Amino acid sequence: MTSQVPTEVMPDGGTRRLSAILGSQSLALLLVLFVLVAFFSLMRPDAFPRIANILNMATDASILLVLAVGGTYVILTGGIDLSINGVLVFSGVIAAQAMVWTGGDNPPTLLVGLVFAMLAGAAWGAVNGFLIAKARIPALIVTLGTMGMSLGSALLITRGIDISDVPDSLVVGIGSGRLMGVPVLVIVTAVIVIAGGLVLAYTRFGRYTYAVGSSPEACRRASINVAGHLLKVYLLAGVLSGVAGYLSLARFATTTLSGHTTDNLQVIAGIVIGGTSLFGGSGGMFGTVVGIIIPVVLLNGFVVLGLPPFWQQVAVGAVLIGAVYFDQLRRRLRDR
Amino acid sequence: MPDLPLIEAKSIARHFGSVQALQGADFHVNRGEIVALIGDNGAGKSTLVRILSGTDRPNSGEIRVNGEPVLFSSPQDARAAGIETVYQDLALAPDLDAASNLFLGREVFKPGLLGRLGVLDRAAMARRAREAMSRLGVQIRPNAEVFKLSGGQRQSVAVARAAAWATNVIFMDEPTAALGVVQTRGVLDLIRRVRDAGTAVVLISHNLPQVLEIADRVVVLRLGRKVAEAASSDITVDDLVSAMTTGSLRRWQHQKTGNPSND
Repeated sequence: MTSQVPTEVMPDGGTRRLSAILGSQSLALLLVLFVLVAFFSLMRPDAFPRIANILNMATDASILLVLAVGGTYVILTGGIDLSINGVLVFSGVIAAQAMVWTGGDNPPTLLVGLVFAMLAGAAWGAVNGFLIAKARIPALIVTLGTMGMSLGSALLITRGIDISDVPDSLVVGIGSGRLMGVPVLVIVTAVIVIAGGLVLAYTRFGRYTYAVGSSPEACRRASINVAGHLLKVYLLAGVLSGVAGYLSLARFATTTLSGHTTDNLQVIAGIVIGGTSLFGGSGGMFGTVVGIIIPVVLLNGFVVLGLPPFWQQVAVGAVLIGAVYFDQLRRRLRDR
Repeated sequence: MPDLPLIEAKSIARHFGSVQALQGADFHVNRGEIVALIGDNGAGKSTLVRILSGTDRPNSGEIRVNGEPVLFSSPQDARAAGIETVYQDLALAPDLDAASNLFLGREVFKPGLLGRLGVLDRAAMARRAREAMSRLGVQIRPNAEVFKLSGGQRQSVAVARAAAWATNVIFMDEPTAALGVVQTRGVLDLIRRVRDAGTAVVLISHNLPQVLEIADRVVVLRLGRKVAEAASSDITVDDLVSAMTTGSLRRWQHQKTGNPSND
């Protein structure tokens, strides 16, 4: 009798909650990360496991991680956001411009820059969300289009010349600043990642993100506003791209018009390596963090070992394909 | 006090352009019964169920719930009136667990500040989901992801979800169409337990022997009208086929011979 058949053995209670956060694939990836760290540490104990090097890696990962928080929500809904690097650059330009207009080198000016960066990101996020959720144009096309539009607009505004007139206090305070020895960029990123992870794991907004990606039809029948939720998710990705643009401005002291061309692909690769399904519905923030950090560790490790750093791209590509293959296996089980 | 029907639909008409899907159909459901709604393709079953579950609106006609006239402008309205629907394709989110699916769109927040920040009370939902399922004899862990369940178990989750929220009626569209023999038996038992718990069930099915087995009453639609209605103990599969195809139940013949022969 169907209803009497016991279900497959499921881990219970607390361990299950833990596994919900971690996910089995990202747990395996955490192991991969540990092996990599151990390997590089053993090969170059004098260089790799140094605090300075670790903080260096954390800083390298920080801007990508901010982008990846929004990207994780987007991919969980079954969508994609290719525009994040364009929006990042555009927001950086708007923030730099706004701070130039405001003048001065003080906290209010920095705040104006942040607000403008977030508004610029939100505007692109709203465009993405509207075209995807309401006009029902495929996310791949919409965000490919807005990537070009945002990057092109940034080049138009600046006439192709980087704005390097960035307040010193932004560069010194946030870009290269430290708080108790920890780079401010890393702290800001950690706060965003943790907040994003908690919202995803514990709130209704997070649950609807999974639900919309798992079955939009089930959501519609449960009276969930699917289009409204998608709009919010792309808006979130846009705002976080704006924040990332602001952080990039702080870190590099310039708008880096041509410095982020592959950020979108690196972020998507990291999210997918971290176990979030490109088809939506499953994955999580912890996996994303590990998936973004692994390529950073690989690159750093190859440099430290004196190997050509180009090996990193080869390795990351292979890991990406493997991650998607495992996801396909999992989905075959799901859709049986 | 005379028992009012839980739902009563009178002279429901619905046309799509020139196509008359329903032409003045009458239908009612009483408390504690399983009603089967049958008819050939295009007879208007799905349209009627869509109207009674709030996803479609009639061009004319009246719907009463517990005697009160109602106007459903959305599925939410129907749900507020205690009417739930189990769809043929289940409408479950496979990546979410059973409890999350039971509470999909009706999440429970934690008390206090956390709840106002949108934090879900997972423990409360899991507990209530477990209770709701065990009341119906469904032994599925609330934290089991739906994609890991068998077809019958998924159907059980969908039925348990409807039963957990329906105070009046559950509509079920072909609930066993995709299931094997053993799983079908389980789901039919589950439907009986839902009925015994006091919720009326309306079943749309093409499986006539199954209809006679489980339903208390059978309503036959043909060309958008109710053409026959009978207690399932009084009729045979041949009667139903006759009603579906010709519009008449041939009950006189059935009662005379007990075993209707071909014309």
